[in-house]
Amino acid sequence: METQTIKNEQNTTTVTERISGSEAIVRCLIAEDTKIIYGYPGGAIMPVYDELFKYQDKIHHVLTRHEQGATHSAQGFARISGKVGVCIATSGPGATNLITGIADAQIDSTPMVCITGQVFSHLLGSDAFQETDIVGISTPVTKWNCQVTKASDIPAAIAKAFYIAKSGRPGPVLIDITKDAQLDEFDFSYEKCTRVRSYNPVPKTEISSVEEAAKLINAAKKPLVVWGQGVILSEAEEAFKAVIEKAGIPSAWTILGASAIPTSHPLNVGMVGMHGNYAPNVLTNDCDVLIAIGMRFDDRVTGKLDTYATQAKVIHFEIDPAEIDKNVKTDVAVLGDAKASLELLLPLLNENSHPEWRQKFADLYAIEYEKVIKDDIHPTKEGLTMGEVLHQINVQSKGNAAIVSDVGQHQMIACRYAEFNKTKSNITSGGLGTMGFGLPAAIGAKMAAPDREVVSISGDGGYQMTIQELGTIFQQKAAVKVVVLNNDFLGMVRQWQQLFFDKRYASTEMVNPNFVAIAEGYYIKARKVTKREDLADAVKEMMESKEAYFLEVCVEKEGNVFPMIPTGASVSDVRLE
Amino acid sequence: MSTEKQLYTISVYTENNIGLLNRISAIFQRRHINIESLNISPSEIDNVSRFTIVVNMIEVDVKKIIGQIEKQVEVIKAYYHTLDQVIYQISGLFKVKSELLFEEPQIQNIIKNSHARIVTVNTDFFVLEKSGKKEEIAELHEQLSVYGIMQYTRSGLIAVTKDEMRISELLETYNN
Ligand SMILES: Cc1ncc(C[n+]2csc(CCOP(=O)(O)OP(=O)(O)O)c2C)c(N)n1
Repeated sequence: METQTIKNEQNTTTVTERISGSEAIVRCLIAEDTKIIYGYPGGAIMPVYDELFKYQDKIHHVLTRHEQGATHSAQGFARISGKVGVCIATSGPGATNLITGIADAQIDSTPMVCITGQVFSHLLGSDAFQETDIVGISTPVTKWNCQVTKASDIPAAIAKAFYIAKSGRPGPVLIDITKDAQLDEFDFSYEKCTRVRSYNPVPKTEISSVEEAAKLINAAKKPLVVWGQGVILSEAEEAFKAVIEKAGIPSAWTILGASAIPTSHPLNVGMVGMHGNYAPNVLTNDCDVLIAIGMRFDDRVTGKLDTYATQAKVIHFEIDPAEIDKNVKTDVAVLGDAKASLELLLPLLNENSHPEWRQKFADLYAIEYEKVIKDDIHPTKEGLTMGEVLHQINVQSKGNAAIVSDVGQHQMIACRYAEFNKTKSNITSGGLGTMGFGLPAAIGAKMAAPDREVVSISGDGGYQMTIQELGTIFQQKAAVKVVVLNNDFLGMVRQWQQLFFDKRYASTEMVNPNFVAIAEGYYIKARKVTKREDLADAVKEMMESKEAYFLEVCVEKEGNVFPMIPTGASVSDVRLE
Repeated sequence: MSTEKQLYTISVYTENNIGLLNRISAIFQRRHINIESLNISPSEIDNVSRFTIVVNMIEVDVKKIIGQIEKQVEVIKAYYHTLDQVIYQISGLFKVKSELLFEEPQIQNIIKNSHARIVTVNTDFFVLEKSGKKEEIAELHEQLSVYGIMQYTRSGLIAVTKDEMRISELLETYNN
């Protein structure tokens, strides 16, 4: 390998080496501290795979069983570690298979860098074999994307990709690299990107807006905080806790905000939204000041907008200016990084405890407990409930597990009942609601945090959308605990059919295979539970296992998730039955 | 804030990169907003492009659109203005049979009164260019239609604002 040294303008020395584009790709990933990547090979990305083979002591490549699995694994990796998840795929079908995971990462603000191979640049636009316009296809679902057709453009593109993916409001980026760019040689050097001219990722917090917010909060008689993932993404957990403790504000979370403060925290009043808790939903329409922190007023959270918290003054702490007034009109917008803003807010707050107001939450919780929770987690009738499975997992994990859920009833139950002691412990597909997310995301999470207990919880439907990733678990020896809550139905859709379509169960009943045999076919230890008396023991056995473990629990077929805000209803019209 | 639909010009300063047109037009498409006219050209700053987009919307929605546009990594800044806050021009081209120029005396008057410019004349046809407000071009179109127009096309609206935009200053703050 030819090495040469050149002097640049600042008179600092940059070492350049003549290497191929594909080697450059791998070297750039290493320079960005990438230790694990998820992907699937193919013709247009083969030069990169060849380099990965040579650099396998530096980067561990995980062969998933489907490119969608690679994206979800990269997402799980990113969500539990706070780092950028990386995945690669070949052109054409390999690239299009990434789209679901990219869309999921975009709406859930997950930092991810995807690299796709592309046909030779002279073939672009000619409908060549395995050519697709992946840059065009991925444009609406990426934070940024680009196509590279020259080897020498690779380092700058990758540096920019990492910077954009992780800065400000994080998100997925995609770089499509033609095969000739991978093969050509050029003088390589790498410099991390720290700035993009047109991009202002973190608006600076205006102290005047913080002062206004503090004034409103100090004057509030019935304040309510609703926090979202922004608290976790900006690592504001401590500042956040200090703020709500000082001002004594009951605080509720969106599905992606879960675990930012422990479930047991006395000011944690539960989840908001369609299947959220009774008290925070009802009292949203009673509070006098609503403090939204790092959340985006998703329609699943707000229900009908024109009756949402109309009595309240709204304060919105947010990093993304486009979210301000997008759905809910704010009285005070505090733009900026949540951690920085909350740290500025803290000294301006008066100490408070709002005992009467907090009692209202306790009273409504008692009603929810009697009508819903008791029967969910300590059922007395026949038929296992999803809630009692979660309860057993809590008992065995003592709240220290990361829970990765798929999408459906079990997801809502998992988010409602899982107990969390640590932040970044609730990994689920929030904004897109992608069935098939759970299992591969759990693999990524476990590989990013091997010391943590990672439990994936899926329904029988979503599990079969990415069931092939059991192969990845087996090959990687990823000690993921896989729980399938089997109700032989696409449960969540069936629930809607029951409630809103006169029980016409159109195509929601599933005839399922022998799940235990399938897991065992992948050499994964497996067990099936059909009776309540076996549940605790099975969960204990699973949690004590040092290796991957599959547990199928056959739950009642027509169980429903309550509370529920029917679509189009107001949050205070939440139904308990 | 005005709650009536009216024409707004949206001016977007961007990096000069492939793919941005797609990203920006997708923002309108997703929200089912019809773009009345679109023009992209270099701006007063090197390597910075300027989009001028005309839409018929209510102001709150324009504001939201601006937020979504500015969120794109390669967008430097976006502004919106009502038509009376900008100085704008549209250009129309009319292709007309040459014989009319000589056989219809009225045509000469139309050209003169409308301040249209003759771009080219040959034995078969001549081409008229008229810049101005939408109504002025529409009026010329109406007058010529009586005699027959062989081809007609109109450009997107281009505009400069009455107030300053301070893009260079903004870029400097980005640099620091
Ligand atoms: C990829 C995808 N397809 C369809 C849906 C619509 N959907 C939402 S929940 C659900 C049913 C999920 O059933 P299952 O995985 O068995 O979980 P359960 O609700 O029974 O817990 C469906 C089909 C979706 N969210 N994602």
